[in-house]
Amino acid sequence: MAGRYKSDLNWSDVTPKDVWLNRRKLMAGAGAVALGSIAGPAAASLNARKTAYGEALEPNTWDEITSYNNFYEFGTDKGDPARYAGELTTDPWTIEIGGLVDRPGSYGLEDILKDVTLEERIYRLRCVERWAMVVPWVGFELADLLDRVGVQPSAKYVAFETALRPEEMRGVRFPVIEWPYKEGLRLDEAMHPLTILATGLYDEPMPNQNGAPIRVVVPWKYGYKSIKSIVKITLVEEQPPTAWNEYSAHEYGFYSNVNPERDHPRWSQKYERRVGGGLFARQTPTAKFNGYGEEVAHLYAGMDLIVNH
Amino acid sequence: MVKRVNRAIGLVPPLAIYVLAVLPPVWFLWQAQTGRLGVEPIKALEHELGELALQVLIATLAVRPVNKWTGINFLKLRRAFGVVTFFYVLLHLLVWLVLDVQFLDQIWADIVKRPYITVGMGAFALMIPLALTSNNLSLRKLGPVRWRRLHRLMYPVVLLGAIHFVMLSKGFQLEPYVYLGVILALLATRIRWAGWRAAWAGSAS
Repeated sequence: MAGRYKSDLNWSDVTPKDVWLNRRKLMAGAGAVALGSIAGPAAASLNARKTAYGEALEPNTWDEITSYNNFYEFGTDKGDPARYAGELTTDPWTIEIGGLVDRPGSYGLEDILKDVTLEERIYRLRCVERWAMVVPWVGFELADLLDRVGVQPSAKYVAFETALRPEEMRGVRFPVIEWPYKEGLRLDEAMHPLTILATGLYDEPMPNQNGAPIRVVVPWKYGYKSIKSIVKITLVEEQPPTAWNEYSAHEYGFYSNVNPERDHPRWSQKYERRVGGGLFARQTPTAKFNGYGEEVAHLYAGMDLIVNH
Repeated sequence: MVKRVNRAIGLVPPLAIYVLAVLPPVWFLWQAQTGRLGVEPIKALEHELGELALQVLIATLAVRPVNKWTGINFLKLRRAFGVVTFFYVLLHLLVWLVLDVQFLDQIWADIVKRPYITVGMGAFALMIPLALTSNNLSLRKLGPVRWRRLHRLMYPVVLLGAIHFVMLSKGFQLEPYVYLGVILALLATRIRWAGWRAAWAGSAS
């Protein structure tokens, strides 16, 4: 349900559209060829409800959000998604919804979107690699879709899968991880009002490099939990396998809640650095649950979050 | 042809290598400062310098086999290559310390607790005596035999460097394994197989 959250941040905190559009026009003029595959100004705005949810933080710019991405289906370099994600066809798009639901089936994206109210959500994004951003997403609560398809009482987890199209996703031709990309949430996490399916950002349709046409955003978990370009949603009873956990379980847990107290074997998680600060950007302390503890800590009451990392 | 190349190499003073070596880091720094390395320039700069160090390290290691197989002789410049490698590794380390990690307690924790950083620091530590003795005075004081034995530390250094790159990459990526493969192949050319065979034969009889 849209509008469930009151916000202390409002539309005036977002970089005005004409400002970033102009910036993009300038860039396009300077390097139209080089930037050819980076999403250009989109034709239509989404007119999302301007009931923004977020903290009093300034969102990163469109260029930052769309040029620095981890989307290994298009390559492991941060710039690869912006370079190559344009090769992905996102229209038409269907999501296979199945498992323990009352109304399983193949749902077209237009069909999914016709009943929902798109809403602005300004969320912090924290990558496990210690960089962070603030993104003004546009989307709707995952709970809305799950309610529509009817979750059966025996369902305990939601499993997601990203599209796997070697002809359109050059990164999957090499086994960086086991494709297709898989993620999962416990049902209560999936039903939490903070968890959204996003279809855009800055009130524009989702750029391919950010997970077009539809992706999960779970703001209190490391970025890789927020699976992109979803083609399959399955309600299951057992904890589903997830891509990075399968690759290296001691590094990437199923829960993957942002937690400065639990070091990743390769990176301390005590600090993070906001993208866009240039060469001399300072590190800042990482907040537990990425700052969303008030909303989500109760989901993990009594759980050891170091063991269940 | 080989003669002409060697004569050209002979004309290059090592000083020219040192002067040229300053250019890539300055270029990367300028790119980073002007947004040409992307929106997160610290990591990009760190990575560029690390990779550059590995490349010069490989060039240093390749001097002898190139000489053996083609006759082209860079030996005169090899010490300069080695010193340049140390310079790049030092810059890579400084970017990591000063710009990336920033906090002293975090730096120490990272060195102790993150295996890929431990390995990288190990490689750097082994390079220090090599950098300090890369001058004629040290060569004379140590004598050529001991000097050469000391400078065999280059082999573990280059191997640790490649392993450092493999370990820090997320997922199974091709590039670090290409570096590791090239380095292992070059190291294989430096093993005295004949000596091993003799030792093998000796122990068998």
